[in-house]
Parts: sequence; structure tokens; C-alpha cells
Amino acid sequence: MITLNHYLIVSGALFALGLAGVVARRNIIIIYMCLEMMLSAANLTLVAFSRFHMVEGLPDYSAQALVFFTITVAAAEVAVGLAIIVALFRSKQSVEVEAVSKLQG
Amino acid sequence: MPILLFYFLAALTLGFGLMVVTARNPVTCALSLAMSFVGLAALFISLDAYFIGTIQILVYAGAVMVLFLFIIMLLDIQVESDKKPNLAAVIGGIVLAAVLAVQVATISSSLSLGDKTTSDVALTLQKVGTEMATGKGNLPTISNDLKAGTLPDAKLMGLTLFKQYGFHLQVIGLLLLVGTVGVVVLSKREKEVAR
Amino acid sequence: MPDQNSSSLPTLLLLLPLLSALAILLGNKVLKGACIALSVFSAAICFVVSFMMLGTENSTPLLLPFLEVGKIRLVIDALIDQQSRGMMFIVTSIGLLVHIFSLGYMKDDDGKVRFFGALSLFMFSMTGIVLAGNLVMMFIFWELVGLSSYLLIGHWFEKPSAAEASKKAFLVNRIGDFGFMIGILMLFMANHGDVSFIGLKEGFAEGPLHEMAKANTTFMMLAALGIFMGAVGKSAQFPLHVWLPDAMEGPTPVSALIHAATMVAAGVFMLVRCSFVIEASPDAATIVAWIGGLTALMAALMATQQNDIKRVLAYSTLSQLGYMVMAVGLLAMQVSGAHHEAGPGHPAMFHLYTHAFFKAMLFLGSGAIIYACHHEQDMWKMGGLMKHMPVTFATFAVGTAALMGVPGFSGFFSKETILGLGFEACRPLFWVGVTTAMLTAFYMTRMFVVTFFGKPRTDHAHHAVEAPIVMVLPLIVLAGLTLLSPIGPITRLLQAMVPNHAEEHPTVMIASISALLIGLVSGFVLYRGKDKDPLNIKLFANKFYFDEIYAVLVKVLQDGVAWVVTGIERIFVDGLVARLPAFIATRLGSAARVLTGGHLQAYTFMLGAGVLMVIYLVVFVLPHMGH
Repeated sequence: MITLNHYLIVSGALFALGLAGVVARRNIIIIYMCLEMMLSAANLTLVAFSRFHMVEGLPDYSAQALVFFTITVAAAEVAVGLAIIVALFRSKQSVEVEAVSKLQG
Repeated sequence: MPILLFYFLAALTLGFGLMVVTARNPVTCALSLAMSFVGLAALFISLDAYFIGTIQILVYAGAVMVLFLFIIMLLDIQVESDKKPNLAAVIGGIVLAAVLAVQVATISSSLSLGDKTTSDVALTLQKVGTEMATGKGNLPTISNDLKAGTLPDAKLMGLTLFKQYGFHLQVIGLLLLVGTVGVVVLSKREKEVAR
Repeated sequence: MPDQNSSSLPTLLLLLPLLSALAILLGNKVLKGACIALSVFSAAICFVVSFMMLGTENSTPLLLPFLEVGKIRLVIDALIDQQSRGMMFIVTSIGLLVHIFSLGYMKDDDGKVRFFGALSLFMFSMTGIVLAGNLVMMFIFWELVGLSSYLLIGHWFEKPSAAEASKKAFLVNRIGDFGFMIGILMLFMANHGDVSFIGLKEGFAEGPLHEMAKANTTFMMLAALGIFMGAVGKSAQFPLHVWLPDAMEGPTPVSALIHAATMVAAGVFMLVRCSFVIEASPDAATIVAWIGGLTALMAALMATQQNDIKRVLAYSTLSQLGYMVMAVGLLAMQVSGAHHEAGPGHPAMFHLYTHAFFKAMLFLGSGAIIYACHHEQDMWKMGGLMKHMPVTFATFAVGTAALMGVPGFSGFFSKETILGLGFEACRPLFWVGVTTAMLTAFYMTRMFVVTFFGKPRTDHAHHAVEAPIVMVLPLIVLAGLTLLSPIGPITRLLQAMVPNHAEEHPTVMIASISALLIGLVSGFVLYRGKDKDPLNIKLFANKFYFDEIYAVLVKVLQDGVAWVVTGIERIFVDGLVARLPAFIATRLGSAARVLTGGHLQAYTFMLGAGVLMVIYLVVFVLPHMGH
């Protein structure tokens, strides 16, 4: 049968994939997608725990409320982040991380 | 739920996730991410979180991914064609992911809840429904659903959000507003070059 | 527990001027002329509220819990008793009249909206001081009145002298406030964090402070002197008196309200509130009394040689404040260690009460004169104003009589009480007081004669006409209050702290009346019909060269300290603190530079590795270490 561990491992794997993507990719848009993936992985953990840690015979809806907020914040974050990317593209004509090298000493 | 269905959904999610990380064409990445999110939403629904699953499809697979695609098209980003991937970065990413996976596996194996199945922690809908119907602050729309044996997920979710997290909800609304203003400010083309 | 009724009036008193000040600050663009109406309106309501408060019971309502850390609890609360009710009435009545007077006086001023905003801010902070139920709250509002006084003195900031004067007032006050803060903190420590006036009073009666006063007299003296420092700064006592005369650079209504009647009296008010602290230390009491006496005498001497009509009044304010402070010290000396129950009243508060009305009136009168003479302040350029400004003349005469202490006028009674106290407690200070009284009569006669009698000496004075009704009305009201204030039923109604009449000493009576006569007659004889000052005493005219002495003192001290500090800096700060760590940091930095190559991906890798490290430590290592 499917246990909580199954869900946690799927979530962990998805998170690890996202982390690998963030580190390895050089296209900022894709890095952003990987970040979204990591957020969703965290959401999966929350939903899983909400189901398996019941409150009075019902799923723990506090956890799902948190997921709801996370999704909202993520949506806002994507909007702002993509706007930043557009601004970056305008000034550098590129969306690759190498383009952002102002900090390089 | 059938074991096979779970494995299918997990494979869908992770497989398309892998595509996101490895594909060279940004459009492929974005579409794979959308598919991955669809799988994830199905997993949510398998956990009785119908509302969150729907939101996941609507907001993520719908709105957010369209936004991504839109930006990719708008900026006309080409395939990372000639450049070879940064080898050091790729190795670093893989190492990190592997270590994280090991850690997650170790932690989840030590959880007391870990080997419970959904049937071990079955929802007692009718019981809760009857209790709620007799108790104080009864909401018939919810307790009737519960007594009928269905989980009124969206209703309960709404109840939680507005009863316990009303203030937080407003703050989030404010955040969205700020985000909207921020986006407008950021994407406004400056007329003159700032000195 | 405080009930709702007792806290509503003080809350209203505090909030109204604050809201008006805020509205003017934030909305002056929108409200424009309505700002002024708003400010005057809030002052009027405050006056009504404080009048209503005169009839209320004693109470200590809690207005706002402010800060709570462990056992330490700082609150905004009010202490409503006879003292605060009476003072509140003085503040709001004079405040209202000054608001009305300003309507006329500031009519043509460009910054009048700003002026009324600052006036409202001042009313708010002064209300806070008067209502304050504990020392910390008083200190907060203490600083706020300092700020509003700064804003109002510097109202005409384009004038360099006004800007300088406001800066001077602020800095000099800061010295005093620092002492005040130290005093508060010492009491805070000694009374285990309770600095409410009631708590302190109990502490002194039979608490930790009682023991402390017996066992550690030095500590007690320092605490009392610290508190006194606050009063020295705010009430402009020697040696911090230098700011008050300069503060006359501000608009005259401000001088009347802040620098004559209310804010400078806040020091005395606070000393009376904390009289138990000074009473606990006889040494401190002696110092307080002598500083008060010295200020009174010195300021009176300086006043005899000033030509600016407002400066004469400023020095006279200094002198009268010195009287009040002296009274606080004398009473503390008299009870020597025991506590004087505030029941019948405190001579200093009584003098404050009478002085507030007539001095505000004198200042407003001088404002009317200045206004009529087209902002001419030199009294040698006035003269013969009796004919042109009859109402101002009459009210000014009432004020002058009260200030000189003509029998039957309010100043006579309050001065008499202080002199009687001096006669009983400390004979030398009694004679200081009598001399000051004589000098007061002298310089007031001088000013009065030069301004109102004789012939007009300039065109401005010749063409002077009576001020408009909004300016004359407050004068008449204040003159009425001056005349009425010593009468028994009125004093009871206004909750003035009339002291119990001790036994009459014939010496006191004779001395004060003869001092008055000597001053009056010599002033009249000397100045009648003169166009120039027949006396010319440089020392007094130049205020005992205090400003110059301070300038030199600051320079010498500053240079000396700067030299030492430079040395310390070269060796310790530059060498050990700056250069050495800088060297180490440079080395470390170049080592760490390898890590931060500016590659975004390297950063993310390090971030991820850091997170994993934290997970490792928290989940896998810490549980095994017994956490």
C-alpha cells in the first residue's frame, strides 16, 4: 500500500531535482521554473502531512491553508521575478547567469 | 488508491521534472513543468486535497506557466545551442541533489507516521458529521455533506481560511497588490537614462 | 483599577492637541486656513475639558500600557490631583488666550500654519507633562516640549539669530535633560523599577528609598540633584539660564505661553511633584534653594540694564522662576528629611499660579506694543504709549503691579509666602529674596516709565494705535484673572495650591513693602522723562558675560578634550581598533575572495550546500548530543 513515506520520497526527489536544476542551469527563466518546482515539492509534503495527521477525523486544514498561501505568494513571486527578468533582458540582451556579473570582483 | 496509479503519477511528476532540468529548449522546459504540475495536482487529489489540487492546476499549470511561456516567447529566447553546459555546475547540482535525497530518505524512514497508509488513518466523515450537527456552531451545509459521506473539501478549506486565517488572507491580498504595483514599476520602460 | 469615567477627560486633553498637530502636519496642504481654526478650536475644547476636570476626584487613570518587559512596566497614565488640575487650568487657559492673541499677532506671517501646528504640538506635550503619572512618561513629554519650544523659537528661522537661539535653547536643555534622565534612572534602580509618583512617594515614606535616604546620603543627593538638573535646564536656572533670554527671538505669543507661563514653569512643577526626593536629602535641598536664590538675584540685576522690552521680561521671568525654585529648596530645608504633605499647598506652586497669569499678560502686552510699533522692541524707541494704547496701558499696569508685589495684587501674596518661608528656614536667602523684590520693583518701574510715559521718541511710537480686538481681548481676560486670582473663592475653584498661612512676621511684611517702595521710587525718579539710560553698568547689560565665559569655557575644554581624544584615537582607535582588524580582514578577505568569484551558480551551490549542512547538523547531529 501507499504510505506517507512514498509521498515524502516523491516530494524529496522533486525538491532535489529542482535544487539540481537551480545550481546547474544557466538560463534564469529555467532556474525560476526549478524554484517553482521546489516550492511545489514542499507543498506536497505539507498536503501529505495534512492528510496523515488528522484533526478530529478530518485532514488538518491548517496545513492546506499554508499551502494555499504558499501558492499565492509563489504566483506573486513569479510575476515580480519575470518582470525583473524582462528588465534584465532589456539591459543585457541575455537571460543567462553569466550576464549578471556586476558583483564579480 | 491503486498502487499502480500512484506510481504512474509519481513517475509523471518526477519524469517531467527531470525534463525541466535537462531539456535544452526553454519551451520544452515550460511545457514539461506544466505536465509535472498536473501530476502533482493528481497526487494532491489522491490525498483528499481536492481544493488544493484544483488550485494547483488553475494557478500553476494554468496562470503561472502561461506567464512563463509568454515571457519566453516575448524575449524570443533561443535554445542554449552552442554553449556546453557548465560541467562544474552540473556536477555540483547532482551532488547536492543526491545528498538531499539521502537526507530525506533517512529522515522519512525514521518518522513514526511514516509507514501509515491512508486506510490506517481513514477519515471518519459520518461520525464527524453527526458530532458537528449536534454541536455548537453547526454549519448544515458542511455537516450534511459529511453525514452523506462526502468530504466537502472546498467548504472546509474556506471555513479554515476565513475563520482562522482571515487576517493572513488580507495580508496576502496586500502582498499581491504590492506585487502588481512592483511589476508595473519594473516593466515600465524608462524614458530617459538615469544618471 | 481605573474606571472609564476618570480616564476619558485626560485622554481627551491629550489626544485633541495631538490630533490637531497631526492634522496640521499631514494635511496643511488640504486644510489651508482651516488649520488655524482647528488649532484654536482644539485649544478651546481643551480649556473646557480642563475646566470640567477642576471638579473631578483625585484619580490615577491608566491611559495606555506602553512597554512591559518582565517586571518593569512603563505606562502612559495620569495622576489627577489638586496640583495637576490647577496646573492644567493654567496651561489650557493661557494656551487658549495665546492662541486667540496669535490670530492677530501672526496674521501677516507666511508661516502661520506651521506656527499653529507647533503650538498644538506644544499644548499636547505640556498636557502630557502636567498629567504624567510617572517619571518616564514625564520625561517623554519633557523632551517633546523641548522639541516644540525649539520649533517655536526658531519660527523665523531665516533670521540667523532666531536659528541660533533655537539651537542654543535645545542644546542647553539637553544638558539639563541628561541630568534628569540620570536622576530618573537612579530612582528607577533604587525603587525597583517603579517610577510612578505615587510609588515613589510610598517608597520614600516606608519603602526601599526610605532606607536608602538614611543609609546612602550621597546617592540620594546625586539622584535629587539629577532630577533638579532637569528643572535647571527647563526652568532656566543658573548656570543653564543662558537660553531663556535668547529664546525671546521667537514670536511674542510663544514667549508668553512657553517662556513665561507654562514650559519654563514645568521645571518647578516637576520639582514640586518630586519634592519628596529633594526633601529626602538636606544637602540637595540647600543647593536647590541657593541656586534658586542666586538665579533670582542675578537675573534681577541683569534685567535692570536691558533695553529690549521682551528681554526685560525674560530676565524677570528668570528671576521669578528662581523664586519658585528657591521656595522648593527652602521648604525642603525646613522639613529637613520629613515629607511635607502637599495638602494645603506649596508656596512655589502658588507663586507659579499667580505668576503664570500676570507674566503671560505682560508678555502679551509687550507683544501688543511691539505689534503697534511695527516690530520695534527697543523700549528707548517707544515712549508716551499711554495715550495711544490705553487698554494695553491699563492691563500692563495691572501686570506690573502684580509682578512688583503691590499689596492687594496677586504677586504680593505669593511672594510674601516665599519670603516668609525664607525668613523661617534660611535668613541669608530671605535677604536675597528681599533684594530681588526691590530690584524687581526697580526694573519694572523703569520699563513702565520708559515705555508708557514721556514723549514718543520715534515715528513708530508716535503713530502707534491700539491693537485689534483679538489681541486686546486676551489682555483684558488675563488682567481680570490676575486681579481675581488671589481671591479666596477663585483660588479654591481653580484648585490653586494656596499655602497655609503661617504666622505673620512683621519683619517680612515691612521688608517687602519697603523694598517695593525703594525700587518704585528710585526707578521713577531716575527714569522719569529721560531719553537715554542714565545708568550704564556694562556688567549687568552684558549679562555678567555669561555667554562669553561659556564660549571660552567650551573652547578651552573642547580643545583640551580634543587633544587627549586625538592621542587616544591615534594609538588605540587607529592602531589597535582600526588598523589591526583591517589588516586581518584584508588577509581573510583575499582568502575568501576565491570563494566569491561572482558566479551566480557558485553562489547557489554554496547556498544549497549550506542548507544541507544545516539540515545535517539539526537533524542528525544535535539529537545525539542530548538536545
